[in-house]
Amino acid sequence: MKILVCITNVPDTTAKIAFIDNDTKLNKAGVQYIIGPYDDYALARAVELKEQHGGSITVLNVGEADGEQQIRKALAIGADDAIRVNCEPSDSYFVAAQIAHCAKEGSYDLILMGRESIDFNSGVVHGLVGEMLNIPSFSPVMKLDIDGNTAKFAREIEGGKEYLEASLPLVLGCQEPIAEWKIPNMRGIMTARTKPLNVVEPVAVPEAATLEKYTLPAPKGAVKMIAADDVESLIALLKSEAKVL
Amino acid sequence: MIATQNRASIKGGEFLIKETEASQVFIPEEFTEEQQMIAQSCRDFLMAEVWPRLDEIDQAKSPALMSSLMDKAGALGLLGTAVPEEYGGFGMNFNTSMLVAEATGAGNSFSVALSAHTGIGTLPILYYGNDDLKSRYLSKLASGEWKAAYCLTEPDSGSDANSAKTKAALTEDGKHYVINGQKMWITNGGFADLFIVFAKIENDKNLTAFIVEKTFGGITMNEPEKKMGIKGSDTRQVFFNDCQVPVENMLSERGNGFKIAVNVLNIGRIKLAAATLGGAKQVAEQAVKYANERKQFGTAIANFGAIKHKLAEMAIKIYASESASYRAGQNIDDLIEDHKEQGMTDAAAKLKALEQFAIECAMMKVHASEVLDYVADEGVQVYGGMGFSADAPMDRAYRDARINRLFEGTNEINRLLTVDMLLKRAMKGELDIMGPALAVGKEIMSIPDFNMDGSDELFAAEKIVIKNLKKAALMIAGAGVQKFMMKLSEEQEILMNVADIAIEVYVAESVLLRVEKLIGVRGEAACALQKDMALCYLHEAVDKANSAGRTAITSFAEGDELRVMLMGLKRFTKIEPMNTKNARRRIADAMIEENKFVF
Ligand SMILES: Cc1cc2nc3c(=O)[nH]c(=O)nc-3n(C[C@H](O)[C@H](O)[C@H](O)COP(=O)(O)OP(=O)(O)OC[C@H]3O[C@@H](n4cnc5c(N)ncnc54)[C@H](O)[C@@H]3O)c2cc1C
Repeated sequence: MKILVCITNVPDTTAKIAFIDNDTKLNKAGVQYIIGPYDDYALARAVELKEQHGGSITVLNVGEADGEQQIRKALAIGADDAIRVNCEPSDSYFVAAQIAHCAKEGSYDLILMGRESIDFNSGVVHGLVGEMLNIPSFSPVMKLDIDGNTAKFAREIEGGKEYLEASLPLVLGCQEPIAEWKIPNMRGIMTARTKPLNVVEPVAVPEAATLEKYTLPAPKGAVKMIAADDVESLIALLKSEAKVL
Repeated sequence: MIATQNRASIKGGEFLIKETEASQVFIPEEFTEEQQMIAQSCRDFLMAEVWPRLDEIDQAKSPALMSSLMDKAGALGLLGTAVPEEYGGFGMNFNTSMLVAEATGAGNSFSVALSAHTGIGTLPILYYGNDDLKSRYLSKLASGEWKAAYCLTEPDSGSDANSAKTKAALTEDGKHYVINGQKMWITNGGFADLFIVFAKIENDKNLTAFIVEKTFGGITMNEPEKKMGIKGSDTRQVFFNDCQVPVENMLSERGNGFKIAVNVLNIGRIKLAAATLGGAKQVAEQAVKYANERKQFGTAIANFGAIKHKLAEMAIKIYASESASYRAGQNIDDLIEDHKEQGMTDAAAKLKALEQFAIECAMMKVHASEVLDYVADEGVQVYGGMGFSADAPMDRAYRDARINRLFEGTNEINRLLTVDMLLKRAMKGELDIMGPALAVGKEIMSIPDFNMDGSDELFAAEKIVIKNLKKAALMIAGAGVQKFMMKLSEEQEILMNVADIAIEVYVAESVLLRVEKLIGVRGEAACALQKDMALCYLHEAVDKANSAGRTAITSFAEGDELRVMLMGLKRFTKIEPMNTKNARRRIADAMIEENKFVF
């Protein structure tokens, strides 16, 4: 089985977000980057599936060279080789097109990625890739087993879970608890540097949208405490300050 | 891998009489991506497996929990970092194994179990075992299939380790040694499969070391000790009653055990320094977060200068101690490489290099363990009443920190060793301390050189301060030797003072060199806070050296000599004043802003 795992290179969940260049760019100074947490689970499941069924794992990142640290971490966790599409991942459609292009060349049985990245959180890349490749895609998948040519998986739906079967190839957007989170072990770390990391140039994609600027959410205001029996003040504040009444 | 220019640029203890260029020191900022990934895996392991179970670990209901954590650490490869690949390990260099010790150092009782296993439990075999013993035991220890303990201390033999009474007697058929005796304070005792046991054969003056498997029989133990801290670390009294050990399991030669014990502890010491740094960083981070959360008088306590001072002091001390620890670690690595190039085996090269830097190992053990205690103590203070609550992290941090000043040689023993080794090397002519000490003796009789500023090169003035601090140490040590001759060892108070000055000099110089090198790479603007830290540390070191120096001088000099030496001390502990309050505020503010330990 050939598995392609797509990973994002995203700011750590605790990073302080600030913008530069007239609010058109993230200020990367001092920001720690990580493998997208959902992607991490997708990769972890791929490693488990490889342990059970054999095969190979290719990890793919659409991004600039500074993301190679995360790619090497993925290799340390258990991917066999890696592809980096050398470009700025400008939007979901662009990224999906790059992934679809690489996926066609590699003809994979399974394409796994996180349910969404944690920077832009658009959560549509798996769907787009499925469409572009003309194969089914599902998300968010939280349980996945492979039986021959069939994937058996569970998907979270509104208020419950859905159990599905589909034949390979497939694109799946994953989330915990699909696998046990993996820490790169010493052997993995030391062999990562011997595994191939191929850098390829992006294919041209028509620009779907252009970015104007980013803004940060308004800072959280201070909390006002009102005594439990003072309903009048509460109503007054809801009217005058919160303006919800 | 590392951009350090000259290999083996300095001998052990030579820092006291020689200047070092910034380019010659390793700085932690030079750790490679791979080394950082290794450290991150260690931290991730603590986060995933250890921190969620700290209470359960400390309740220590059964040794099985710690043993299973060790299994998991073994599966990740954390137990084999220092073991060569041919014996199932990963053959990482010394500084990487220090980094692993640091990154696993914030695991409280678990860290102790891990370091006892990988350090004093495994290293005697690695360094002194023959091929047969190495291939029989090392891969089992590196994988964690077997756990190890180290049995040196006895009820009547602690600091005076060579006075141990445990006996090993050869059987009539010459095939076994029969071990009888009682060991105490044995870390990992409750679940160890293998014990490194030190015992005396007949009436030997020196100990002999043995590898004893649990299954050899005749081993019993008491319930775990009830302790102030590291409650989850399994510490036992272990009894050997006619324990039969095959003669092949003697490590090295008869009578070589004390040397093994000393050298292995020596390595353990500097790794312990690294481990305490990991613990201290964790406490500092928790303190910053709490200071940001906790509000009093209508504002976060992080906004109070008194709290900022504490947070900054934590960072300064940690950063300085870290600078010196990895500087020494790299010196050790460089010398190992040199020895290997000259044809020594891996084990012999490591032993020789570590022996060469034994002074630095002892100094860093003292310094880093005291930094951790300082940080934990102030951590409690930042938490206020919650610092005293068993439901908040400072309670455990404070209690667990304390052991580090006791084991692997108490800090008194390590201070004494520091000076003892320096003087012995001077006597043997390995270190030219007496020449410079005499020169300093002359210098204090002459008119002082008031040119303090030096050139306008970076840290030119500070380097003169360091040079002078070294002179202060030499002046006092030299005068002490002249005065007391062979009886100096009875003047422990003076030796402690000299050790304190030497430690401060080494650490202050290390942090300055680190920042100088870093500025060379990143530019001064990007290193403003690091510069603040180096300068604050230097100022404190000067004060400490002055205080220790005065105590020492007044304890033996009188009349004119006293006056001249005090004048000399004043001259050698002179430093341009700076506003350290503002520097500390800047340091603290950076952490407060990021809500974490940022250095
Ligand atoms: C939790 C824990 C775990 C341990 N784990 C191990 C282990 O795994 N294996 C093992 O073999 N040992 C272990 N030890 C033992 C430890 O190494 C000793 O406790 C330590 O070396 C001190 O010895 P002692 O307790 O006999 O103290 P003592 O030697 O009695 O010292 C008491 C005091 O006297 C001072 N002192 C002693 N001699 C001198 C001197 N010559 N000059 C000046 N001051 C002096 C000491 O500094 C100390 O302040 C452990 C101890 C503890 C508490």
